[in-house]
Amino acid sequence: MPEILNPKPKIVAFFCKWCSSKAADIAGVSRMEYPPNFIPIMTPCSGRVEPEFIFDAFAEGADGVLVAGCHLGECHYVVGNYKTLKRMILVKKLAKEMGIEEERIRVEWIATAEAKKLVTVTNDMVNKLKHLPPCSSKLKGVTQEEKTND
Amino acid sequence: MTKIKLAVAAGSYCGGCDMSIVALNEMLIPLEDAIDLQFWQFAADFKLKDVEKLKDGEIDITLFDGPIRTSEHIKTAHLFRKKSKIMIAYGSCACFGGIPQLANSYSAKEILDENYVHGYNMDDSGQNHMQPTSEYKKGRKMTLPKLLDSCLPLDTEVEVDYFVPGCPPVPGQWETLLDIISKFIKTGELPPKGTVIAGNTALCEECGRTKPDEIVINKFVRPYEVDPDPEICLLAQGIICLGPATRSGCGAKCTLNANVPCRGCFGPAPEVNDAGIKMLSAIASIAGAKKEGELGEEGLKALMDQVVDPFGTFYRFAVPEIMKQMKMAKKQVKHVSSKSK
Ligand code: SF4
Ligand code: SF4
Ligand code: SF4
Ligand code: FES
Repeated sequence: MPEILNPKPKIVAFFCKWCSSKAADIAGVSRMEYPPNFIPIMTPCSGRVEPEFIFDAFAEGADGVLVAGCHLGECHYVVGNYKTLKRMILVKKLAKEMGIEEERIRVEWIATAEAKKLVTVTNDMVNKLKHLPPCSSKLKGVTQEEKTND
Repeated sequence: MTKIKLAVAAGSYCGGCDMSIVALNEMLIPLEDAIDLQFWQFAADFKLKDVEKLKDGEIDITLFDGPIRTSEHIKTAHLFRKKSKIMIAYGSCACFGGIPQLANSYSAKEILDENYVHGYNMDDSGQNHMQPTSEYKKGRKMTLPKLLDSCLPLDTEVEVDYFVPGCPPVPGQWETLLDIISKFIKTGELPPKGTVIAGNTALCEECGRTKPDEIVINKFVRPYEVDPDPEICLLAQGIICLGPATRSGCGAKCTLNANVPCRGCFGPAPEVNDAGIKMLSAIASIAGAKKEGELGEEGLKALMDQVVDPFGTFYRFAVPEIMKQMKMAKKQVKHVSSKSK
C-alpha cells in the first residue's frame, strides 16, 4: 500500500460529537492541515469510550489512541468526561505495565472552537509516535521472538 | 464395569491443584473402583514415555493444571490432548493463566536477566552463570526447556473441553465433576463443550455482606492497611474487591471467611469476557463519584493514583484478552506462513 494510504504511525481518535468532532469539521472546512494518520471515530460523549476500546484498537494494529472530549464541566452528559479522565489514568498505568508507552494514549479536551488545538495536538502526537517502534512489537509477552535460553 | 482412564498432567503449576484432589479424602473412595490412573506425577512415578505409547484417545479424561510457560509444557499439552477424549483445564492457572501469568508484564529476557544476571546468586562467576545445558555424566547432556515469552492458559495451545476454575478448585466443584464422570461411565453422556464447572452468577450474589444502594470510593485502602468491617461490602470500605466481575462457586471464601477482598481466582463472571477491564472501568466510575467537580482534575488524579499496580490488581489470575488475542493471531500467522513454505 502506498505510504499516503497507509500512514505510520496509525492513530485511532475517538472524537466526542459535541466538541472535538465539530472542531475537526471546522479544521477541515477552514483547510487547516492536519496529519493523515488519524482514524476518527465519532462517539456520543468521551465517556462512551470504554477502556476495552483502547486495547481493542491496539490489538487491531493501532500505534496510538487519542480520546478527545469537551472541557471538564462542559460535558453534555455532565460527568461523562470526568469518567473518561478517571478511567484513562488507570488505562495508561495498566498499558504501561503491559509494555505500551504512555505517549501512545492521550486524552485532550477540545471545544468546538478549538480547531487549532486539534491541529496542534494531532501533529504533536504524530511527531512523538513517529520515533517509537510499531506498537505491535511492544506488548510484553506477545510479540518478542521466543528466543531465550537456547 | 469398564474403568475410566484418568490422567492428571501439568504445566507451570504450584502443586496446589493436585493437593486439592488429594484433600478430597473420602470423596475419592467411590472413584477407587471406577478409575484406572494413567498418569499423575504428583502421586507416583509415572513416565511420559509410557503415555506416548498409548493409543490416541485412549485416556478418557485428562485434568491439566498450570499454564503454558515453557517449551516442555507445550509438548505435554499436545501429548495429552492427543491421547485423551476429554481435556479439562483444572484450576485458574490452566483456565486463565493464574498467578504465574503476572509475569506477562515482563519479557522472558527481563525475567532471566533479573534472576540469573543481576540477581543475587550463590555462584558469582559472572554474567553467564545460567547454563541451560549441563553435562551430568560424561557424554550425557541435559537441557532445560525454553522459557517462553508469555504465560498463557491451556486453551491457547490445545482444545479444551471443560473448565474448572479456582486457585485451587473447591470440593463443591468436585461434586459436579464426579456426577459428570459417573454419568459418563453409565451413559456416555457429557455436558456441552466449554462448560465452566463453577457457579453461574457473579460472586457478589454468593457474598452475604451488606451492600449499600450506592457505592462511592473517596479513598482507596489496601487490605493490609485496615481491619475491615466483616459485615459491610468491602468495596464500600474503599477496598478493591473483584466480586462483581468474578464467577461464583467458591462460596465467597475470601470475603466471608477471611475478611479479605476477592482477587478474582474463579475468573470472569458469566457473560463477561475480560473481567479485569470491566472492573477497572467500574472502579473508575465509583471513585470520587458525585464529587468530581469539587475534586477537579488534580484531585481526581491524586485519587486514581491511589490505585497501585492495575495489572496485578485487575489481572491477578487472568491473562488480559488483548494479550491472548494478539498471541493467538501471531500463532495463526506463523502457522499459515509455515504451511505456505
Ligand atoms: S490454580 Fe492455584 S493452586 Fe492450581 S496450580 Fe495454579 S497457583 Fe497452584
Ligand atoms: S465484598 Fe466483594 S464480593 Fe462481597 S458484595 Fe462487596 S464487592 Fe461483592
Ligand atoms: S473469593 Fe474470589 S479470590 Fe477468593 S476463592 Fe473466591 S473467587 Fe477466589
Ligand atoms: S459530551 Fe463531550 S465529553 Fe461528554
